Amino acid sequence: MTSYQPVHESAEFESFDELYDVSESEGLDVKTLTPRQLAWHRYRRHKAAMISTVIFGLLTVMVVFAPVFARYGVNEPVFPISEGPNQFLEPQSVAWFGTDDIGRDIYSRLLYGIRTSIFIGVATGIIAVVIGATIGAIAGLRGGKLDDRMMRVTDVFLAFPFLVAVIVIREFLGGVEFLEPVIGDKTSIRFIIVLLAIFAWMGVARLVRGQVLSLKEREFIEAARAVGASERRIIVSHLIPNSIGPILVALTLVIIGAIVAESTLAFFGFGPQPGADSTSLGNLVLLSRSGATQGNWWLVVFPCGALVLLAICINFIGDGLRDAFDPKMDAGR
Amino acid sequence: MLRFIARRLLWFIPTVLFVTFLVYVCVRIGWDPVQSYVRANPRASDEKVQQYREVNGLYDGLGGYIRGYFEWLWAFVRGPDQWPRSIKGGGDVYTPLRYSLFNTLRLAGTAAILGIGIGLFFGVVAGKRPGTWVDGFVNTTAFFVGSIPPFVSAVILQLAFAVQLGWLPAAGIYPPGHQGFDPVLMGKYMILPVIVVAIQTIAGYTRYMRASLLDVSSADYLRTARAKGLSERQVLRRHTIRNSLIPIATVVAIDIGQIIGGLIITENIFNYPGMGVFFLDAAADGDFPRLMPFLVIITLSVLIFNLLADLSYAYLDPRIKLD
Repeated sequence: MTSYQPVHESAEFESFDELYDVSESEGLDVKTLTPRQLAWHRYRRHKAAMISTVIFGLLTVMVVFAPVFARYGVNEPVFPISEGPNQFLEPQSVAWFGTDDIGRDIYSRLLYGIRTSIFIGVATGIIAVVIGATIGAIAGLRGGKLDDRMMRVTDVFLAFPFLVAVIVIREFLGGVEFLEPVIGDKTSIRFIIVLLAIFAWMGVARLVRGQVLSLKEREFIEAARAVGASERRIIVSHLIPNSIGPILVALTLVIIGAIVAESTLAFFGFGPQPGADSTSLGNLVLLSRSGATQGNWWLVVFPCGALVLLAICINFIGDGLRDAFDPKMDAGR
Repeated sequence: MLRFIARRLLWFIPTVLFVTFLVYVCVRIGWDPVQSYVRANPRASDEKVQQYREVNGLYDGLGGYIRGYFEWLWAFVRGPDQWPRSIKGGGDVYTPLRYSLFNTLRLAGTAAILGIGIGLFFGVVAGKRPGTWVDGFVNTTAFFVGSIPPFVSAVILQLAFAVQLGWLPAAGIYPPGHQGFDPVLMGKYMILPVIVVAIQTIAGYTRYMRASLLDVSSADYLRTARAKGLSERQVLRRHTIRNSLIPIATVVAIDIGQIIGGLIITENIFNYPGMGVFFLDAAADGDFPRLMPFLVIITLSVLIFNLLADLSYAYLDPRIKLD
């Protein structure tokens, strides 16, 4: 009979006991916690999210100081070709993860690649969150026709097969000449960030809109309105701070979405070019394509493994954040 | 209800026209057809290029795009023999499009049925016993699998089962030089692509179904059902699962487009001659006459399934307000 008890309630009470540390004998010594502290406590109890945070943190440190941790330069062969063939070496002491078609160390290139990819992800995430949160908050607050139209447009746009839509918009943006000085060449990192942000803001807008729709009926918004706060002030100092949970979750989704999307585009030859700015994870994942058919397993396993590791870590962090800010959702863990 | 359906249907046609017009403009600007023509026919004289421009309605400026769009649309609706011929090679567009459409539908249909079916099953398995180890295992596995990008699983499966073990063919739809129709052989070539698309779908639907089941599981009508003496099994089958399928129906309708999108990746890696390969080839050639029919088919299916999602939602859940 336990199977259909609303599990979230019991889970919440459990955390209450733990957090408030009610000592019956003293009776009065009750710690009070702000919602943010509560969220942090809940986050810490999510084991997978904590492990992911640690791994992601270590990775970030490693790639930020990539020149220290990398063994070779990003375009440097492990040894000059004059000392013997250096292409497609299997993993060995001179190259931990093997070498690629022109004798470069996969391990060092991975560090630089993850660095660029995390940059792409975070930059896309910030742009998407700023635009998405603003538009979502306005649509949710004003409601009516604007809201209705916007949601219909994003509905249709999000239903399009992602890759088809990205490729069409990519060619379109590349074909509009006056945009080039702003967003750069089709093969640059800047262009890919703009391209991915165009797709990412809609998901954020929908999330924030949903949150705003439920918040705007609450008393404190009414109170703010009653004392004459402007719409802008309501959004900036009431709605956005109270939507911080969903916004953070959306941010993690956008970051990992952008990293995977960049790799996918690069895999099909639509990504940033290796020569243009810097090597991204997509450039490395591209190797796995020929690697798979030629049987060079290390060219598949390490780049793809790095991508999957990043994806799983960031997804778990997002999951932990969701549970932390919305305790109702952690039913059944 | 009828008014709701009528209004949605009435809006459908202007939406289709508007979206296809936007697609037309994007394609015209993104892959300049005149330049593609010059690239495919480097020795064409200026007059020839001018003639091509006029025959295909490739005028410039916003007014030109609108006029060109309607000329193109008129040719398009009159049937495949009126469609402009491919820029590269000058061949008929309809026959290869139909061929790849059927290949894709076969793959997508198999993968979607398997993926959604198995996903819903696992979702119920996990969701009916929340908090147990079964639930934790299924949910965590789905989480891991769902985090793997489809092209990664495709490449890894290809490396493992086709290249290293040699059990299954690595690419294509038939062995080179094969003639005629052979379902068994074709099935063998479909196994890996279907698995790649299906595991993504399974992971997604396991999580949707589980969440939806948990949402429903504290509803009052379940208590009523139990109170009137239904067995746990009957409650699950008649009430819990049925009600938790309502939001899933909408997800399915919207997801069809994304399944086709996932196929582009899979088809490309396994060199499976479907719509994805058709699209990427056409995009690489900047081939306007091949791109447009493909994009129109995609647009139409996206809009139709969106409409179906709306209607199904309104139909399945009587609490939805229709205005």
